Amino acid sequence: MLVAAFTWAELAQQLAAGIREGAIYAGLALAIVIIYRTTRVINFAQGEMATFTTFIAWSLMNHGLSFWTAFPVVLAIAFAGGVAIERVVLRPVENAPVLTIVIVTLGLALLLNGLMSVIWGGANRQFHGPFSTRTIDVGGVPISVQDIGIVAVSVGLVVLLALFFRFTKLGLALRAAAVNPESSRLVGIRVGWMLALGWGIAAVLGAVAGMMIAPVVFLDPNMMQTILLYAFAAAVLGGLDSPIGAVVGGILLGVTITLLGRYVGFIGSTLKLPAALMLILVLLLVRPGGLFGRVAVRRV
Amino acid sequence: MRSRLWLELSGFTLLALAVAALPRFISDFRARELAIVGMYFIALIGLSILTGYSGQISLGHGAFMAIGGYTTAVLSVNGVYGHQIRDLWTIPIAGVIAGLAGLLVGVPALRLSGLYLALITFGIAVSFPQLPKKFDHFLGGTTGKILDLAKPPFGLATTPNNWMYYLTWGIALVLLGAAWLLVRGKTGRALKAIRDSEVAAASSGVKLATYKTLAFGISAFYAGVAGSLYAIANAYVNPDVFPIILSVYLVVGLAVGGLESLVGLIAGAGLIYFLQNHADTVARWINQLPALNLDPKQPGIPSMIFGVVLIVVMLLLPTGAGGVARRLFGSLTTRFYTRS
Repeated sequence: MLVAAFTWAELAQQLAAGIREGAIYAGLALAIVIIYRTTRVINFAQGEMATFTTFIAWSLMNHGLSFWTAFPVVLAIAFAGGVAIERVVLRPVENAPVLTIVIVTLGLALLLNGLMSVIWGGANRQFHGPFSTRTIDVGGVPISVQDIGIVAVSVGLVVLLALFFRFTKLGLALRAAAVNPESSRLVGIRVGWMLALGWGIAAVLGAVAGMMIAPVVFLDPNMMQTILLYAFAAAVLGGLDSPIGAVVGGILLGVTITLLGRYVGFIGSTLKLPAALMLILVLLLVRPGGLFGRVAVRRV
Repeated sequence: MRSRLWLELSGFTLLALAVAALPRFISDFRARELAIVGMYFIALIGLSILTGYSGQISLGHGAFMAIGGYTTAVLSVNGVYGHQIRDLWTIPIAGVIAGLAGLLVGVPALRLSGLYLALITFGIAVSFPQLPKKFDHFLGGTTGKILDLAKPPFGLATTPNNWMYYLTWGIALVLLGAAWLLVRGKTGRALKAIRDSEVAAASSGVKLATYKTLAFGISAFYAGVAGSLYAIANAYVNPDVFPIILSVYLVVGLAVGGLESLVGLIAGAGLIYFLQNHADTVARWINQLPALNLDPKQPGIPSMIFGVVLIVVMLLLPTGAGGVARRLFGSLTTRFYTRS
């Protein structure tokens, strides 16, 4: 069911757009995976946290700061905010059932969403990103500088994170605390603070994703809601405990959804989200742990 | 056990009497408000069977309500072979269709536990509003479908609002009774066993697949009935009548009412209605505190208050209103029965 004349140039353009979308999903999916790995919690407030920090960036830029001056400030605020949220809200329910924790993060999402409307109002706002929207010619395909910038920042972030987890003592401690809290405690790792650190890092990742997507869509309190769902899908697609999986899942999802939306007339732009849902549902039935995830074996 | 049964039966009778007598003392508008609380209550009973008893999380129950609402709209506006069906008779059909949808979701849910299920059902909640937009000829698109205004049947001499009140609470009481029978019997025990340990339940001969899917179906049936009533009371349906956030509100109601306290859910239902429609009142209360000055009409207020209530309830009263009541009155009633 092709809807319009097919050209290779357009396919390349759609692919580029898909990768751009995918990079954003990957960023947020990575945040979800980091929190899941360190604390076994799915953070339903991840999208709202990202939007909140993006609003802070918007306010700072409104007061005359340039994007790149505001950027580190926002990341610092995001980190502190993430740590604070874990300490204050999540800590008391650490050992509670899954449902309780899901409900608490949902509450957090509602609270932040309402708070944003109250502070900044519900109107759409233009967010001027760091990259120009001018297109350049890459091998005959026009691609915007913004798209290239978004992908570059996301990839850079993933590399940084991988290096951090692999080559620093803190990264190792974080991994240890997630895999085996008891033994980690015995070798002197402060597990509680590692969990908080995980939230801090996730908040930073979310903030970057938010500041990257805000120039593409408009900034409003609900900006991240659909994106968060795609990010969940990407995280599940790649396997909830695999950071590489989150990135691959994000890009894969971005490309698939963009191509389906463009070339399958029935899906169009309205059924993209249900299509993504069907995609993960089918995948989960075939591979319950996602593409890169491990399946826990239950012992009787 | 026998005295506990009497206690619960007399409690139910008291509730029924209170429901029947209440409209004499309240205005027509309040009756309408309470009717809507009753609809949330019905949906919450269903959610409690699923989440409280069988331990499966659903963040997509708003979608099942929407299925019920749209079924009623399609049957009473489009009709079947040009034959329009009276809104009253669409209610059970709406329940059954939503229930079938629930069974359909219940099948993949078998293989997904905890967080994955929460994510998938959340996906259903977010995806559903796209369907009326896609199939706009049939389901009315974003503008929606307009139903006939609800009016009392058989020439009953009562106002439409009072009629909706009696209809909703009548159905609510019947469904409450059905749920009560369900959870205190064999099915209830099987569901609780699954919730507490799937492995142990399966080893004791509980058919996991059957009961888990059944719980989804029953729970969606309740949501469908609630959605159908909601459509009738509103006299129109469109995607905004059943917003995505509705699914989250239902979980809030469940948490506040108490996960396995059927009657406590009335409190949860009341809270959902109150915070959605009277958030400005709450904002005025908050403004009594020093150094705060919220604009009561601001759109973010309900969501903010919902969030705070949710977190505070979960941190301080994880068993909800039902649990608090049980703790308060427990010492008075435990001598009648042993705790199950």
